[in-house]
Amino acid sequence: MNAARSTFVAAIIEGPAAERVPIVRWLGVCFAVTLLFTLGGLLVGTTSMATSIHWLFAPNAQSALVLWQIRLPRTIGAWCVGALLGLAGAVAQGVFRNPLAEPYLLGTASGAALGVTIALLASGASVGALAWAVQLGLTGAAVVGAAIAIVLTLALARGVLQTSNLLLSGIVVGFLLSAITSLLLLAKPELWRTLQVFLLGTTAFLGWRATALLAVVLLVCALPATLLSRGLDALTLGEDTARSLGLSLPVLRLALLGIVALATAAVVGEVGVVGFVGLVAPHLARETLSVNHRHLLVASPLCGGALLQAADLVSRWIVRPAELPVGAVTACVGGAYLAYLLWRRTRDA
Amino acid sequence: MPERPAKLPASLPALACQGLVVGYGDRVVLDRVSVEIPGGCWTAIVGPNGSGKSTLLRALAGLLVPRAGTVRLQGRRLGEWRRRERAQRLAWLAQTPGATDLTAREVVALGRFAHGGWLAHRDVDDDAAIDRAMRATGSSRWAGRRVSTLSGGERQRVHLARVLAVEAAVLLLDEPTAHLDPPHQEDVVRLLRAQAQGCGVAVLSAIHDLSLALTADRLIVLAEDGLVGQGTVREALRADWLSQAFRRRIDVVDHLGAWLWRPAVDGVPDA
Repeated sequence: MNAARSTFVAAIIEGPAAERVPIVRWLGVCFAVTLLFTLGGLLVGTTSMATSIHWLFAPNAQSALVLWQIRLPRTIGAWCVGALLGLAGAVAQGVFRNPLAEPYLLGTASGAALGVTIALLASGASVGALAWAVQLGLTGAAVVGAAIAIVLTLALARGVLQTSNLLLSGIVVGFLLSAITSLLLLAKPELWRTLQVFLLGTTAFLGWRATALLAVVLLVCALPATLLSRGLDALTLGEDTARSLGLSLPVLRLALLGIVALATAAVVGEVGVVGFVGLVAPHLARETLSVNHRHLLVASPLCGGALLQAADLVSRWIVRPAELPVGAVTACVGGAYLAYLLWRRTRDA
Repeated sequence: MPERPAKLPASLPALACQGLVVGYGDRVVLDRVSVEIPGGCWTAIVGPNGSGKSTLLRALAGLLVPRAGTVRLQGRRLGEWRRRERAQRLAWLAQTPGATDLTAREVVALGRFAHGGWLAHRDVDDDAAIDRAMRATGSSRWAGRRVSTLSGGERQRVHLARVLAVEAAVLLLDEPTAHLDPPHQEDVVRLLRAQAQGCGVAVLSAIHDLSLALTADRLIVLAEDGLVGQGTVREALRADWLSQAFRRRIDVVDHLGAWLWRPAVDGVPDA
């Protein structure tokens, strides 16, 4: 079974020797794309494109509110969320030495969902109160729930010594907490819809405050992660070899899992469960730039940020003036991209 | 010449273990094994499959926690060394090194981790050590290629270069000649001998190929039921350790000055 899995895993990462782009040009393209998406984020919304463009050049009180207080923080916040997921995904895949690892593997998503459910039950909030609730109480509840899930997972795995135990514990805790959430919802079925918004993820409520918080968390996570990049490189040679090189695996794992936990908890707290970005962004970065973690830990957040901005735009564009949950869009796009990688690999094999 | 840690008194072995007991679950693989690996000398571990060659290497490298006994590096217990200082003096090569997507040079550069630490910044010494190691193993040509795209033999030489780049006083190598064709096996043997004799390094390697192992300076002979003996190749042959370890299935003969093994004339096949 192990062999089968590693073949699949190899199928996904290796691909045909992709032409790698020089780093300066790669960064240039990435920034250009991000700027383009940011501009798109300003222009796309409930108003027509013509109105938005007019607003950009002839500001008034309404345009100031819509463009600078609603759309700009939202699109920058979406970038931060994507960057955090891209970072957490790259770190998780490095720690677990498994390209299918993703940021939620410590059970954070289910933990956050349970936290939100309990908060909703306690406050008796309705769908209408969601906007207010997401801004204030639910964020805290989600973060606490995610933190509890991580602690449970680490306790069940008895620390960070065995990565296979950690993966299994994450799955067990995830199922357990989801089951409790379902049982609680039996008592109040009308909460399902509110919770669904959260489970599919939404960037609609990101304001300047949330965006600033996400940006701070991104800095706090990205700096230590890039400092530890040599350790992640050493881990790709195997755990014993990494130890023989003078690495302390428990310390390294604890630090890196702490980064994954903080990043995902912040994301889940602010926008709910946005899937696939954390899985796909590292692959995109590896395919186009480098597998060296010194580059990967910068490139993967940049890819993730651009990806989520794009998904955010699509979610606002397709059913204008209504919106799709951004998590549903990322799942479609991310799933399609992974399928493409697999297809290209099997075609060449 | 690469810089080496200060020379030790000749009487003190570079690496030694005493009463080592190592096992997995119920199975005891090594039972009270004591060996000494002197500096400036290439020692080969030989023995049949399952006799614990890799286990001994891993225990000596500090990768397995022994149930009893001690391992001493330059006279100090392994556990008393600071992790980084130990890794600067003791380098280990796995039997099947990983097929990473990093480039060959990036992999060799990881050999300098114990010297530089977390910040990926490398100084001139590091670059020089990396270049030397890659030249010595003939792997400079693939410096920019991903290790996963190299052949088994090329990969083996890149990992050998990574171990040499550590510039350690003790090298522990698990089957360093595996995956290599005879000329390249000869290159590796020459390299190990140069490390031992030229740089005073203690080289210990498990070697499957008996004829190759018989060109070493010293032998550690393991059998399924424990250590048969340790000493120079001549001592090993005089005491007939190899034939004991392989249950009288092989003979060692002198062919034009080189020791070669052949199937024993009266050998009885294993049941």
